[in-house]
Amino acid sequence: MNVLNVAKLSKAFGGVQAVCDVSFSLASGELLALIGPNGAGKTTCFNLLNGQIAADSGSAEFEGRSLIGLKPRQIWRLGVGRTFQITATFSSMSVRENVQTALLNFHGRLNSLVSLAARQYLDEAMELLARVGIAEQAGRPCAVLAYGDLKRVELAIALANRPRLLLMDEPTAGMAPPERVALMQLTAELARASGIAVLFTEHDMDVVFAHADRILVLNRGRLIAEGKPAEVRANREVQEVYLGSGSLFGAAHA
Amino acid sequence: MKTRRAFLLGTVALAMTAVFSGPATAQNTIKIGELNSYKNFPAFLEPYKKGWELALEEINKAGGVLGKKVEVISRDDNGTPGDAVRVAEELLSRESVSFLMGTFASHVGLAVSDFAKQRKTLFIAAEPLTDQIVWNKGNHYTFRLRPSTYMQVAMLVPEAAKLNKKRWAIVYPNYEYGQSATAGFKKLLSAKQPGVEFIAEQAPALGKIEAGAVVQALIDAKPDAIFSSLFGGDLQKFVREGNQRGLFKDRPVFNLLAGEPEYLDPLKDETPAGWYVTGYPWEQINTPEHQKFLAAYRTKWNDYPRLGSVVGYATMMTAFEAIKKAGSTDTEKMIAAMKGLQMDSPLGKFSYRALDHQSTMGAYVGRLAQKDGKGMMVDWKYADGAGFLPSDAEVKALRPAE
Amino acid sequence: MSLSAIFVQLLNGLASASSLFLVAAGLSLIFGVTRIVNFAHGSLYMLGVYTAYSLVKTFGGGILGFWGAVLAAGLIVGVFGALVERLLLRRLYRAPELLQLLATFALVLIIRDFALWAWGPEDLLGPRAPGLDGAVGIAGRRVPEYDLLLIALGPVVLGLLWLLLTRTRWGTLVRAATEDREMAGALGVNQSWLFTSVFALGAFLAGLGGAIQIPREPAVLTMDLSILADVFVVVVVGGMGSIPGAFLAAVIIGVLKAMCIGIGNVSAFGIDFSFSKLTLVVEFIVMAVVLVIRPWGLLGRSQGIPRGAASVEPPLHLPSPALLKGFAAALLALALLPLVSDRYTLVLLTDILVFALFAVSLHFIMGPAGMHSFGHAAYFGLGAYAAALLFKHALPMELALLLAPFAAGLGALAFGWFCVRLSGVYLAMLTLAFAQIAWSVVYQWDAFTGGSNGLVGVWPAQWLAGKTAFYYLALALCAGGILILWRILYSPFGYALRAGRDSPLRADAIGIDVRRQQWLGFALAGLFAGLAGAVYAFSKGSISPDSLSIPRSVDGLVMVLMGGIQTLTGAVAGAAVFTWLQDTISRQTEFWRALLGGIILFLVLVFPQGIAGFLRERWEARAGGSKG
Repeated sequence: MNVLNVAKLSKAFGGVQAVCDVSFSLASGELLALIGPNGAGKTTCFNLLNGQIAADSGSAEFEGRSLIGLKPRQIWRLGVGRTFQITATFSSMSVRENVQTALLNFHGRLNSLVSLAARQYLDEAMELLARVGIAEQAGRPCAVLAYGDLKRVELAIALANRPRLLLMDEPTAGMAPPERVALMQLTAELARASGIAVLFTEHDMDVVFAHADRILVLNRGRLIAEGKPAEVRANREVQEVYLGSGSLFGAAHA
Repeated sequence: MKTRRAFLLGTVALAMTAVFSGPATAQNTIKIGELNSYKNFPAFLEPYKKGWELALEEINKAGGVLGKKVEVISRDDNGTPGDAVRVAEELLSRESVSFLMGTFASHVGLAVSDFAKQRKTLFIAAEPLTDQIVWNKGNHYTFRLRPSTYMQVAMLVPEAAKLNKKRWAIVYPNYEYGQSATAGFKKLLSAKQPGVEFIAEQAPALGKIEAGAVVQALIDAKPDAIFSSLFGGDLQKFVREGNQRGLFKDRPVFNLLAGEPEYLDPLKDETPAGWYVTGYPWEQINTPEHQKFLAAYRTKWNDYPRLGSVVGYATMMTAFEAIKKAGSTDTEKMIAAMKGLQMDSPLGKFSYRALDHQSTMGAYVGRLAQKDGKGMMVDWKYADGAGFLPSDAEVKALRPAE
Repeated sequence: MSLSAIFVQLLNGLASASSLFLVAAGLSLIFGVTRIVNFAHGSLYMLGVYTAYSLVKTFGGGILGFWGAVLAAGLIVGVFGALVERLLLRRLYRAPELLQLLATFALVLIIRDFALWAWGPEDLLGPRAPGLDGAVGIAGRRVPEYDLLLIALGPVVLGLLWLLLTRTRWGTLVRAATEDREMAGALGVNQSWLFTSVFALGAFLAGLGGAIQIPREPAVLTMDLSILADVFVVVVVGGMGSIPGAFLAAVIIGVLKAMCIGIGNVSAFGIDFSFSKLTLVVEFIVMAVVLVIRPWGLLGRSQGIPRGAASVEPPLHLPSPALLKGFAAALLALALLPLVSDRYTLVLLTDILVFALFAVSLHFIMGPAGMHSFGHAAYFGLGAYAAALLFKHALPMELALLLAPFAAGLGALAFGWFCVRLSGVYLAMLTLAFAQIAWSVVYQWDAFTGGSNGLVGVWPAQWLAGKTAFYYLALALCAGGILILWRILYSPFGYALRAGRDSPLRADAIGIDVRRQQWLGFALAGLFAGLAGAVYAFSKGSISPDSLSIPRSVDGLVMVLMGGIQTLTGAVAGAAVFTWLQDTISRQTEFWRALLGGIILFLVLVFPQGIAGFLRERWEARAGGSKG
């Protein structure tokens, strides 16, 4: 079953077509990578889906509901989780409280003035932290965590609303290579185990080709290729785009 | 680290002394509590302080009162009613003063007056000009020394009526004093001169007059005469712009308070000649009581007195005479003594009216002139306050029943 | 108004705008580069006026003497500014944000008393400018020659600044630092030197802006604060960091004021309206309108709020049992105090309790919610006035006291709706604008609020009239209010507030409506500030407009910052120390304001994390030491 259906999505900024007629779909438990050279429109495409910016035309439906025109917090409410390129966590809270805050909102308890937030949904928070492998850091302030661990905190927060779709913007940016592999491994396992669809953008082609089930390639706002890693790797246009832009197409030239 | 700890310890120790130091009891002194906005209005209140300090020295040199020395505990009220009420409470309960005196701004004076009523304590309001303090917000415990806004306006109105000018423009600082002065002037002049028109009004924010624009707007209104209650920095700006732009040419101007040295002296060679003002021509008053005051003041302070000095001096002397007459510092006895209390002052004799607790102290009414690059008053005369108050019936109607 | 009258009023407005622009440009530069909210900028202006006055007397009133004095006054103030930056402010760049504001506030107190000591209390009206002391005929009216010079001076200074900022390497660095502080650091800019020079230039402009006023304006001791608000308005309306914006805003405000005065009284449909009275508040109305429509000022750009490494706040732990016992003991001590203390101690403590609640309510939005408010007194005052008015309109005192906070809460709900759409200094200035508008209404509405004199006779009911009884009431309501506000911070609502401050992006991504949360937080803080105000009104027996004026708002800020903005108990500590210091010091010396400023400076330098922050560090160090 398709979780996400995107059709003819377009967005222009002052005459520059940032995203043009992009269509694709995504099934539960599938990891779909969105790649392309700098300026290809990945981030714009991403932000169209998560509510940060509004599309000019086209449609994007999550479980049959249109995402167009919704705000990020409304999209979250539908069951979409997000992580950011530069981690965004609550630095004045402990790791566990970060997850608890998300859980509180998921359970509709965030407006309570009475209960003690730190005592709510403790077990559920600990379970999420255990799933991403940082349960032992639960009590530490987010501000002192290593970057790789922060990425895991983000993942735990993103999982708090039991999402059916995860949007991950450059999930491994800023991490050391071994950590990258570990994080994507974890993501893939979680996605497959819980049937979560994952759409992610990524620079590191090793990560992309190792973990993505399918790959979308954008260039100048248009979708130029789509398919399984092997197909995309063999695509001439894709190779040209990456060669033309000066960056090496990692694994393809190995 | 050591300094921090020492500082903390010091702070704590200071706090403890402040909290637990009881009232210092004094057997052979009469303590009077004085509070004023010294830091907010230093131009008026530094001379004021010198004035009452001089009076206090004279009183104690002459043996004090009721066989006791007089001590004044003076406090800064920070210019706000809230702080003033707290300071007043401190004076009463910690310093055990017999009664209160002082205050400058009207809203502070009114707050302390109401506090005095609540605490059943005598309060001699020295400076506040607001009519309300003795009239519609007057109370049994409060007496006021200075001639009020209404009185000072009333002193200028006869001169204004004499000129028989038809079209008047008015400029005033936009708060209660300016508003009352304006309302009073319109009412009194209309009564004396039916048909008079008030064609323009400018109400700049206190201390923030846009003098150029205000002067221009007044010129454009083409009035025959101007009534102003500006003072301080606003007055100085207004005068300079008015001089430069020709506003005062062939137009009589009436300005409350502008003859007081506090406000006149800074004008120097800008002093607009011919203005009708209330004020205090200290260098020209030759009465023996004033000569004596002037000499004593100059000896003690090596400076000349401002009007504030006279107010401070007379306030202190009021306290002295009231205690003497009452023969005690009991509040009710003192209030009884204050009603109708006859006073000698540097400005001559005056009394506190039993009717509304207003003193009949007057002011000097005259015109401004310039001499050797300095401002001065000419053609002045002393206007006794008793002659510039509304009828007793009117006052009774204003004052709340006791 | 005739066309010629409008034209001449336009000239008047432009003449006033020039000095305002100079001072504002300095403030804008300083803020743009150093992010310091310089409260002492008005004091630098005042120093410029006084210094120029003295120098003109020394140099003589010739053309050379006059202009030499004006320029020298600017330079002296510039050097003074550089010294302030090097000796004081640079020690605070790593401190929690806004702490420099506290330091500059201390400077305001010190400089004011210095001016009183050095120049005396009397107003000092300077001479007219030599050679420009007359007036020229324009449109049938006489306009002072000096005004024409000022009209020309504004654009000339704007041009010079533009050249300096665009044609020199120094200017490039300044612009880089204004736009992106981190990037400028990465480019290898010598920040130390840049900050000092910018501060010196800003101070020079403030001093010069003051000095050129001496032919128009006497040196008065209150001019520091009276220009400060105007200058902040100009900078914010123009867009912080934008020099052309400051010029535009100064011209708009200058001309608008002149036009209001020119129009004077208008009567239409049987209603008289005085535009002249509107000058009391017109600049704040302009600011409110501009900020609502353009959240970053006319020519400003969106600016991220820089949060230095030092400003990351430690997690908010539930208080330990030992700490809770400490609180309980403190409360018990306060409850038992009337048995041993004198009456005045109770009065002072009542004040402290009121201000503690006021400061805690301000901290509630400034700290955990990350919304700096420069106008929090509005809600204190609304509560106080509501209490007084309800009481005056025949409600029992108890009921008035309980209902009044809701009036303040409603006010905060209304104003807050606009405020939470902004952030950083713009938000702070919008709160200030609303507070000033509320203030001006209270100040002017004689029939209802008693106008500038306020309302008297607001005394508590008979059973609460005793100081001890009232003290217990204040203790119950204020301590109760404080505990409720603190408790809310531990609730999910409080977590949502902090979430919105820590990372609006993440908060949004987990479904939190950050604005709505901030809005409700703002209203809650207003409600409790209103409670403080209502208690205050009955404790004093009277209420006047200064209860919602700028100084009251600033007092709140000072308390929060002094106590430590990153510590929950900081606001209480700050309120207690500040109120007690003011009470005690004012009895010690005539120059108590300077002494108070000196103590604040000392506290800022020794405890940059605030008094309570320092105590917490000591506590934690000890606890850590005993464990390890």
